[in-house]
Amino acid sequence: MNFLGTLASRTLGSLALLIVVPTITFFIQGLSPSNVVKGLLGLDATPAQIADLNHRLGLDQPLMLRYARWLANAATGDLGTSYTNHQSVQQILAPRLSVSLSLILGALAVFTIAGVVVGVMSATQGRVVGRVLDVVSTIGVAAPNFWLAVILIALFGVALPIFPATGYVFFSDSPRLWLLSLVLPVVALAFAGITAVAKQTRDQMMLAIHSPWARTLRANGASEVSIVYKHALRNAAAPVITIAGTIFVGALSGSVVIENIFVLPGLGSQSLASALQADLPVVQGIAVYFTIIVVVVNVVIDIAAAILNPKVR
Amino acid sequence: MRLAREYLRRPLGVIAAAFLVLVALAVIAAPLIAPYDQLRMDLGHSLALPSAKHWLGTDRLGRDVLSRLLWGGRVSLGGLAEALSVAFAIGVVAGLIAGYVGRGVDNAISRTTEVLMATPGIVVLLMVYGISNNNAHLGMITLGVLCSPSITRVTRAAARAVSQEVYISSAEVLGMGRLRIVFDHVLPNIWGPIIVSTAVLGAVILGIQGGLNYINLGVNPPAASWGGMVSDGQRVLAQQPWLIVPSGLLLTLVIMALMLTADGLRDATASNRSRPARAQAAAARKPSAQAGAGQADASAALSVRGLSVSFSGLEVVRNVSFDVRDGRTLGIVGESGCGKSVTASAALDQLGPGSRIDGEVVFGGVDLNHAPRRVRARTRGAGIAYVSQDPMVALDPCFTVESQLGELIGRHERLRGSRRRARALELLRQVGLPNPADTAARYPHQLSGGMAQRVSIACALAGRPRVLIADEPTTALDVTIQGEILDLLRTLQGETGLAIVLITHDLGVVADLCDRVAVMYAGEIVEIADVESIFDRPAHPYTRGLIDSNPIASKRGSPLPSIPGAVPSPANWPIGCHFGERCRFRTPQCSAGPVPLAPVADASPHQARCIRVGELDLASAGQERRS
Ligand SMILES: Nc1ncnc2c1ncn2[C@@H]1O[C@H](COP(=O)(O)OP(=O)(O)OP(=O)(O)O)[C@@H](O)[C@H]1O
Ligand code: SF4
Ligand SMILES: [Mg+2]
Repeated sequence: MNFLGTLASRTLGSLALLIVVPTITFFIQGLSPSNVVKGLLGLDATPAQIADLNHRLGLDQPLMLRYARWLANAATGDLGTSYTNHQSVQQILAPRLSVSLSLILGALAVFTIAGVVVGVMSATQGRVVGRVLDVVSTIGVAAPNFWLAVILIALFGVALPIFPATGYVFFSDSPRLWLLSLVLPVVALAFAGITAVAKQTRDQMMLAIHSPWARTLRANGASEVSIVYKHALRNAAAPVITIAGTIFVGALSGSVVIENIFVLPGLGSQSLASALQADLPVVQGIAVYFTIIVVVVNVVIDIAAAILNPKVR
Repeated sequence: MRLAREYLRRPLGVIAAAFLVLVALAVIAAPLIAPYDQLRMDLGHSLALPSAKHWLGTDRLGRDVLSRLLWGGRVSLGGLAEALSVAFAIGVVAGLIAGYVGRGVDNAISRTTEVLMATPGIVVLLMVYGISNNNAHLGMITLGVLCSPSITRVTRAAARAVSQEVYISSAEVLGMGRLRIVFDHVLPNIWGPIIVSTAVLGAVILGIQGGLNYINLGVNPPAASWGGMVSDGQRVLAQQPWLIVPSGLLLTLVIMALMLTADGLRDATASNRSRPARAQAAAARKPSAQAGAGQADASAALSVRGLSVSFSGLEVVRNVSFDVRDGRTLGIVGESGCGKSVTASAALDQLGPGSRIDGEVVFGGVDLNHAPRRVRARTRGAGIAYVSQDPMVALDPCFTVESQLGELIGRHERLRGSRRRARALELLRQVGLPNPADTAARYPHQLSGGMAQRVSIACALAGRPRVLIADEPTTALDVTIQGEILDLLRTLQGETGLAIVLITHDLGVVADLCDRVAVMYAGEIVEIADVESIFDRPAHPYTRGLIDSNPIASKRGSPLPSIPGAVPSPANWPIGCHFGERCRFRTPQCSAGPVPLAPVADASPHQARCIRVGELDLASAGQERRS
């Protein structure tokens, strides 16, 4: 298959997600309007108040019509208006995007790089190092990220206050403090991913190191250093990047919890507040934002994996 | 229940499973065993450390942590059960449909699975919590749906594999209903992987659910949940750090126990399926004495003396000796599993850890087997080079021909830049590639088998070696290409004076190319002689059998006689003649003790490992049998 063809079909697949996910969330939104309005008005609202609000929010119209209208507006970049403070969804979410991107792209970088380093170590160092890494990684995977986050805060935010326990500083205000405020959240979010990337790296490298071609190269004089760090690492690259993309989707979900723990003013903390207030247009807007992030990262990863795979290139 | 018995053999898995059962029982019995009401506040005793009265201390409102842990477990484990059953039900049904029942919809299900896996599930969950006033059950059901792909995939793959088995197709032929087949034949055979993936998923779900509860999704405080208790603890982190420990640690331990249980189940199903032969344990032989190995031949390019190889104590090659001179070719023949490749690997110093090599591999007057690592490294490629069997996997798929060949050239000749490139093109031309520049720019998957084998040979020649060891260099190729590659080896030998060790199954190749032949059987050389002697006057019954079963020796049209029986595996070598079981000429004497390799006549270079060498006339044995 040729490079552009493969890439085009993968990209189309990712773009389909852009329609599918917001559609799913929109129809979930339409499932139970009465609950929503009750959520907004409180439990002791009268039926008249409920009907009135339903009408004002347009919730008394057919779901398909609402969906068509939402879709048409979204296509022009208008994601609707918040139920609670009447700001546009765009206005609420746009300033928060950079916070979330700092967190999740930071986590993507950390779990990919650290995962590869750890994976290479466990592929090249003897059994003992491998066993130690196995044990550490079992614990690392088992400890849920929110607990890890709280422990990190306890250790490095409270007991040894090296990093701010919570809060966020914008890059434009102070790059140094921005970095410091991101360290703990990024580590907490990335930790489980490190293990998964490391395992994939190690497995792929072992496969390469023991492959027939490695044996041929070795027997004909290639150095072990070159076989491990040039050939095996290069062969591991495409599968490792692919798995990093899968982990990224999970990390994006995790970022909602992490942003709330560290009180980061990103999409995740807004989404929780909006969901608990039944401010559904904002939640729907966040679905769009998150899906765009996934699609963009997927496409970049697909391009990278395709470039790294000579059979596609 | 073999699976259960296998599982019980794994202590870690048993401990983990027992822990899970214990936690589940305690949580179920919470109303009975919890020492306090989970909501009972005692502001006078807030933030207390563990004590006899409060085993795990109290929280910021003076509530008993142990009681809240037990009650909170009902939220956490109850939610886990909900989400996991949904994921399990969807996953198994969809997986069975995709993998077996309705192959037509397989594609649709696979696509849906892919989309679901790429979906940032949190937005769906948030929407569900948003419309349902934070309903815990709906949230867990949604989580189950979102997580179902992992079980769908495993079920689908397992069902696919099983549906290819004979018993399924015979059940289909017998007219059994598809649904019956699923319940009677498919499901019973794929439970293993499904249960393993369910346990893994359980661990994942618990972690996600803990996070949701932490941010108050799916719980309504003041009711306790494990995730919520960590959140409670965080609020008073500065005053009482202890409070983040009990619930977080318990959650971590439960998740870890689920993963260890899954590991145990995975191992148990794996060994349940393929039980390895236990024969190996019986065979702790001591390496045989290197009798008759003699001195290395000083005029030989490569001289192997008394070479024995064992893997974890089991000998697979015993006391092998041979010489190859410059410009000459030694063939090593024998059936599969006789130790040809292991012998080659030992000579190439390519056996991994866990192997033991005795004897000498003398190259350039130095015994490489006992030489320092540096000397051995220097010999690789520059002294002894290697061509492997399957050219399609002999080159790194991620680098171009020029890059790989260039690396070896750079290593051996310290050439850089355009001079390195020139040398690479020269090598490619030398191995008969018509368009070296074009080939150099290609990736391995863009080469045909014959081209790839030529490139492999070019790589082997990069260090200008004196000896080339080729392990079945033509087996994987088309018949027409085979001849070309053999011609190439002959030409190269003429040009460079290479000594070649050629491993092959094909006596035709031996007759064509070799000067001397070593016949291996069950780890030993059973006959070694010049090529004419081997074909005209074979002295060992095994050699005779090989010649008779080879196409070139038999008459056209007559069926090919093959030697009855099979090569004994290294663990089952007899004490006496290794070929005894399959030999038509065996006498009781043959099984009495090891048979030495001896000259067929005084001081003859023709040697055979048969005690009846003098009596048997094998020159015509095959013909006799056939007529
Ligand atoms: N790494 C290893 N560990 C344990 N046993 C091994 C190993 N490699 C080979 N063996 C065993 O050594 C014996 C000889 O194997 P070898 O590959 O040398 O046979 P061969 O003559 O090359 O066969 P073929 O013609 O199939 O290539 C076999 O019984 C094999 O199972
Ligand atoms: S020693 Fe005996 S059994 Fe072995 S090959 Fe010779 S005749 Fe056959
Ligand atoms: Mg072999």
